[in-house]
Amino acid sequence: MYRRTLLAAAGPFAATLGIMGRIGPASAQAPGVTSTEIKIGQTQAYSGPASAYGAIGRGLVAYFKRVNDQGGIAGRKINFISVDDGYLPPKTVEQTRRLVEQEGVSFMLNGLGTPPNSAVQRYLNQKKVPQLFVSSGAEKWANPKEFPWTIGFQPSYRTEAQIYAKYILQNKPDGKLAVLYQNDDFGKDYVAGLRDVLGDKYERMAVKVISYEVTDPTIDSQAVTMQGSGADILVTAATPKFAAQVIRKIYDLNWKPLHFVTNVSASVGAVITPAGPERAVGLITAAYVKEVSDPDWKNDPGMNEWRAFMQEYMPDSDVTDVNYPFSYAIGGTAMQMLKQCDGDFSRENILKQATNLHDLQLPTLLPGIIVNTSPTNYHPIRQLQLSRWSGTRWERFGSVIEGAGA
Amino acid sequence: MRILLPLASVLLVIAAAALAFVASDYRLFQLTMVVVYAVAILGLALVTGFNGQISLGHGAFYAVGAYVTAILMSLYDVPYWATLPVSAVVCAVIGFLIGLPALRLGGLYLALTTFALAVATPQLLKYKLFEGWTGGVQGLTLDKPDPPFGLQINADQWLYLFTLGVGVVLFILAGNLVRGRIGLAMRAIRDHPLAAEATGIDVALFKTRTFAVSAMFTGIAGSLGAIAVGFVAPDSFTVLLSITLFVGLVVGGVASIAGPVFGGVFIAFLPNVAEEISKAAPGAVYGVVLIAFMYLLPSGVAGGLGRLLRRAA
Repeated sequence: MYRRTLLAAAGPFAATLGIMGRIGPASAQAPGVTSTEIKIGQTQAYSGPASAYGAIGRGLVAYFKRVNDQGGIAGRKINFISVDDGYLPPKTVEQTRRLVEQEGVSFMLNGLGTPPNSAVQRYLNQKKVPQLFVSSGAEKWANPKEFPWTIGFQPSYRTEAQIYAKYILQNKPDGKLAVLYQNDDFGKDYVAGLRDVLGDKYERMAVKVISYEVTDPTIDSQAVTMQGSGADILVTAATPKFAAQVIRKIYDLNWKPLHFVTNVSASVGAVITPAGPERAVGLITAAYVKEVSDPDWKNDPGMNEWRAFMQEYMPDSDVTDVNYPFSYAIGGTAMQMLKQCDGDFSRENILKQATNLHDLQLPTLLPGIIVNTSPTNYHPIRQLQLSRWSGTRWERFGSVIEGAGA
Repeated sequence: MRILLPLASVLLVIAAAALAFVASDYRLFQLTMVVVYAVAILGLALVTGFNGQISLGHGAFYAVGAYVTAILMSLYDVPYWATLPVSAVVCAVIGFLIGLPALRLGGLYLALTTFALAVATPQLLKYKLFEGWTGGVQGLTLDKPDPPFGLQINADQWLYLFTLGVGVVLFILAGNLVRGRIGLAMRAIRDHPLAAEATGIDVALFKTRTFAVSAMFTGIAGSLGAIAVGFVAPDSFTVLLSITLFVGLVVGGVASIAGPVFGGVFIAFLPNVAEEISKAAPGAVYGVVLIAFMYLLPSGVAGGLGRLLRRAA
């Protein structure tokens, strides 16, 4: 019986050695690049609290599938490996190491979220693996001195808040301001942006500033408290689920402040519809992506291109989800960068091209929103346009506004 | 049987150590996390499995351990290994204090109290007063320790061996603890508190001390995890972590010293397997596998294996 147990134990062990081998994937040219393919990695929240953003990952998978169907790039197919990290930083570390060390990807593209990306930023920079177009508006991705291999994409949250503050100063300089923010980098960047522009007035104007946690079930009590403060301006620095709750709750409370919601929570599908379109009338946000339901884009060539793509590659998806046009823009930016690489897909050249994008216009971004990067400018998008919910659609007003510097 | 079990354990440890020289760096990182989770679950097994006090809040101790190490390493330049004893003491003290209400609260009520602790942890870590230490929402980034004594191995290999070494010591300690007089008392309290008290066991003392030891184990696991991951942030220690540890405990085998090892393997690898099966609904796959486990191995992997071994013998 001893012998049998030992043999039985040895079997799986020997088998494990095979899977675990220390020999990495052979690299013919640059890491992650062979004569037939380019491997790109992504960590995405397909499960967990932020899983609504999983659409971005699915959109990119479909985008690269189309790239491959159309012949790929420089004679190579793109092998886009998008894996789930559940928005948990330790899991992001594990998955990123798997992609870099096991799969041997060339670079990481558009990983989701501030905490997960923070967890791997040092690792990727030490390994000199580009961490490109991070899906997070945190300021910290624009730090080329310390982290040259990391670059963001969307306008930073702080920039966005600065734009709201500018509007408040112009239109309601004597208003009383309430701020509800998510208690993390994301929410705090908005508070910082408001302070940037309001300056000394912030202390006087802000009558109630409260936070909530991502894990909170509702923000009902916060809404009641803010109404009680007598504020007539409300900035809701919240993610979609909570933004929808705020819109619904303040309507039920019959409180009608000048209400700003963050761009990440402007999705008709994920926020306005669940909250009730009639409850959201007058709501203001800032946009850089073309709103899918906006009739202005009915015959827009860019959006037609995107719609044709969705119909062919993602026929069963919710086309009102703003994450899809967003991921289409990421895909477009990545492809422009790869084109500029001109066949040299070394990590150094990939980074060089990622930080050398000029006046790139993308089909799903608003007119006037252009992608520009340079070795010293790690903010690919710096402009936004305000828009107001009319009850049936977002109506853009005013011109494209640039944030107050970095 | 008496010789077989220690012998098999020794062989297993040698095999595990040998993996450091054959597995890739990425696999070693995964295996390091398996050891970390196994130790964390071991702590939970002591209090829940052997002492019958249900805790749904052990993620909080894990977080405290992780933060003690992270703060000491990044702000005070303490070497990684020296943070372990500190973290052990801190967690034991906190565990003891949390264990005090456990004297009054039994069963489900204790489960809820500890659950509340787990829910509160991420918020507390972000609290302004501690921000100078914890780095607030930004978290803290740690440097990966280099192998000592000029060993010709890389950082991942060393980290795995170091973690494995600490893990083995902790498992031996826990094994001795539950096999001895104290373990008997712990189980007596679990099975029949009244009878235990009648035989002269100081129930209050044992309960709080068990809680302290348990928190210490899980806290050390947190420290090891922080060193391995190289980053701590409040989002790493949500209530889900506590639940995950509990899942690992039940799947591995509740009142067993070997169980946590299986539990560690389970919680470290199942999410990957689930994602492999379905990217659209990894959570559903996870759930199905979990239910299947509960049906097929109601007493956990360790319990199932034990039954199998007994039948073979």
